[in-house]
Amino acid sequence: MIFNLMLFFPCLGIIFFILFGHYRMAGMMNICFSFLTFLASVGLGVNTVLSSGGSLLFWNNQFYVDAFSLCLIILTTFISFTVAIFSRQYMLNNLDENRINARMLQFYFIMYQAFTLTMLLVYTSNNIGILWISVEGATLATALLVSLYRTPESIEAAWKYFILCIVGIALALFGTLCVYFSAKNVSINISGAMLWTVLHQHAAILNSQLLMLAFIFLLVGYGTKIGLVPFHFWLPDAHSESPAPMSALLSGLLLNIGLYALVRFKMLIDPNLGTHLIGILMMAFGLISFLFAGFTIFRKRNIKRMFSYSSIEHMGLITFAFGLGGPLASFVGLFYMIIHSLVKSAIFMSLGNVIQLTKSKDMGEIKGLLQSYPSVGWTLLIGTIAIVGFPPFGIFNSEVMLVIATLKQYLFIVPIIIIGLLLSLGGIMYNLNPVFFGQSTDDVSSLKVCLFPIVLNLSIALYFGLHIPHGFMNYLNQATSLIAGRGILS
Amino acid sequence: MLIQVSVYQQIISTISALILFSSFILLTQKSLFGSINIFAFQSFLLFLATLLQAVILHENSMYFSAVITLVLKVISIPWLLYYFVGRLRIHQDKIVPKHPFLILLGALFLVVYCYHIIVPITLFSSLMEKHIVVVALSVILLGMLLMIVRRNAIIYVLGFMVMENGLFFSALMSTQGMPMIVELGVAFDLLIAVILFGVFFFHIRTSIETMDVDSLNHLREDLE
Repeated sequence: MIFNLMLFFPCLGIIFFILFGHYRMAGMMNICFSFLTFLASVGLGVNTVLSSGGSLLFWNNQFYVDAFSLCLIILTTFISFTVAIFSRQYMLNNLDENRINARMLQFYFIMYQAFTLTMLLVYTSNNIGILWISVEGATLATALLVSLYRTPESIEAAWKYFILCIVGIALALFGTLCVYFSAKNVSINISGAMLWTVLHQHAAILNSQLLMLAFIFLLVGYGTKIGLVPFHFWLPDAHSESPAPMSALLSGLLLNIGLYALVRFKMLIDPNLGTHLIGILMMAFGLISFLFAGFTIFRKRNIKRMFSYSSIEHMGLITFAFGLGGPLASFVGLFYMIIHSLVKSAIFMSLGNVIQLTKSKDMGEIKGLLQSYPSVGWTLLIGTIAIVGFPPFGIFNSEVMLVIATLKQYLFIVPIIIIGLLLSLGGIMYNLNPVFFGQSTDDVSSLKVCLFPIVLNLSIALYFGLHIPHGFMNYLNQATSLIAGRGILS
Repeated sequence: MLIQVSVYQQIISTISALILFSSFILLTQKSLFGSINIFAFQSFLLFLATLLQAVILHENSMYFSAVITLVLKVISIPWLLYYFVGRLRIHQDKIVPKHPFLILLGALFLVVYCYHIIVPITLFSSLMEKHIVVVALSVILLGMLLMIVRRNAIIYVLGFMVMENGLFFSALMSTQGMPMIVELGVAFDLLIAVILFGVFFFHIRTSIETMDVDSLNHLREDLE
């Protein structure tokens, strides 16, 4: 019941906005629908925790929720709720400045709900085919939102995003087919051969050669979505040219779905192969992305581009953590993913405020934010402090735990990680120093901006950095034991 | 010793060879309408293969999937592309590939490489099955190659569709198609993707006034 409701609210939202999306109050309704979805997902969470096995099946086994997917479901609905609060004021400002018209605003809200729906389908689907369709659907829903402003640059960014992601995902479909083929060959009946739950039961007897081939394709396909380095070209463009709430959603939520799919397949294929080969592949790609972003970050002049490289960096590190395997590393990966989504969406929202107020993305032109716009400047500064990994925010904890997990298995990688982290810290701080503390210009815009969701996201990241509540810890532990075979609490 | 080959196998082999052949032709095709026609022809081959499988296996769901292929890939998508090309008034454009010889050589290399990947997999029982999976994988990669070497936006759609044809063909031959719901979902996504492509064409046309995607390279900053 509560599960149906969770999928029903975004559908209702889509229909509502198709009918009434062009009114000014649509932003308020968007908040309502997102909030209802969030409530339903929390209800689903309570249901799942109270259920006997810690997991639930719905709709004739086509949908499946366990601790791992549930963490990400609640994260998704929460962030889409906070971003919805932000996008109301932001989009109204855009409307008043005539950057968009009422019809585009309506389109934005329709696609906002469609995006939420596809994200939820990704996390709840038990069927690897539907998983693929939903990932593709999320790409299709966001492609035209990237070019919402219709500037030549934004169209170029959206085109790149669209082409690279659909081609990448087409390759992932081949990987999915390989898994399906190997499952059918061990005479699993047709209806079960695409279900996670059934595949897991038969993981040991699937054909290893085919699974390895499948994983290569899946890594390239879903890796494009994560923004791993050789396939990352769409990411900085799409993040820098899309409207700020869209950047927040892309960076905070969309990157996670690729990684989620990859980790799910890793959980399936790892026990079958019995080697650490897949983990090493993920570690290599993650580490290369991490280092690449670390080395290029200080050369950026466009403030949104710089933070999108920071997304590549962090996603690389998270992929590395999941690749490392083992309870501690998987726990860190999950925790890191949650905190990164919270902080990065907050940062992109505050960047939206900054850009709307100063009318510039160039860090050479934005100066002295703390003086001219204290509240906006401080939220961005706090977000920056959180993302570069200063304590007491959660990113710091994750990075420390990740280094500890790496120490146990691969000592020689630890210096590489530390150098990469210092590089990105230095790069971001060097670039942003004049933005915060420089000499501000005199003309101060009086545009109304929204700060509440940014503060909300950052305070949760801060809270998790200071203290992980007992219930949440248990829950993460349960998810970790699903991913790694056993939890970190014994 | 002579190897016995049934009529069914002969037909399937012919179809798969023709599908591979049509991907090769697409790589160096000079006119837009010609390219679209070749794609439609390739989809028609895919439809025939699906129909044949359905008749042999007596699967109702495969008849259905054959109909989807016919309606979507043989009729709707080529028609939509014709419409786009007509509306954008670019049917006169000659799209001459730069190094046709190198492209074909690269394509040949890809096919050989696919053999290299597929042959060691022991799961495929017969040589015939291996050949067909190799063709399917090659068609996927050739579709990608098409998108890489040709810089015209319309050709991008064809490249993507050729990839999808390869995917459907591999699914058809190795696993007798995908489950119905997945097949429907994939077809739906494809249709939406083609419509989005159309929207992008008009946006690109109004913003850079050409269909040559090489002109879409303003976002390479870092050099300022």
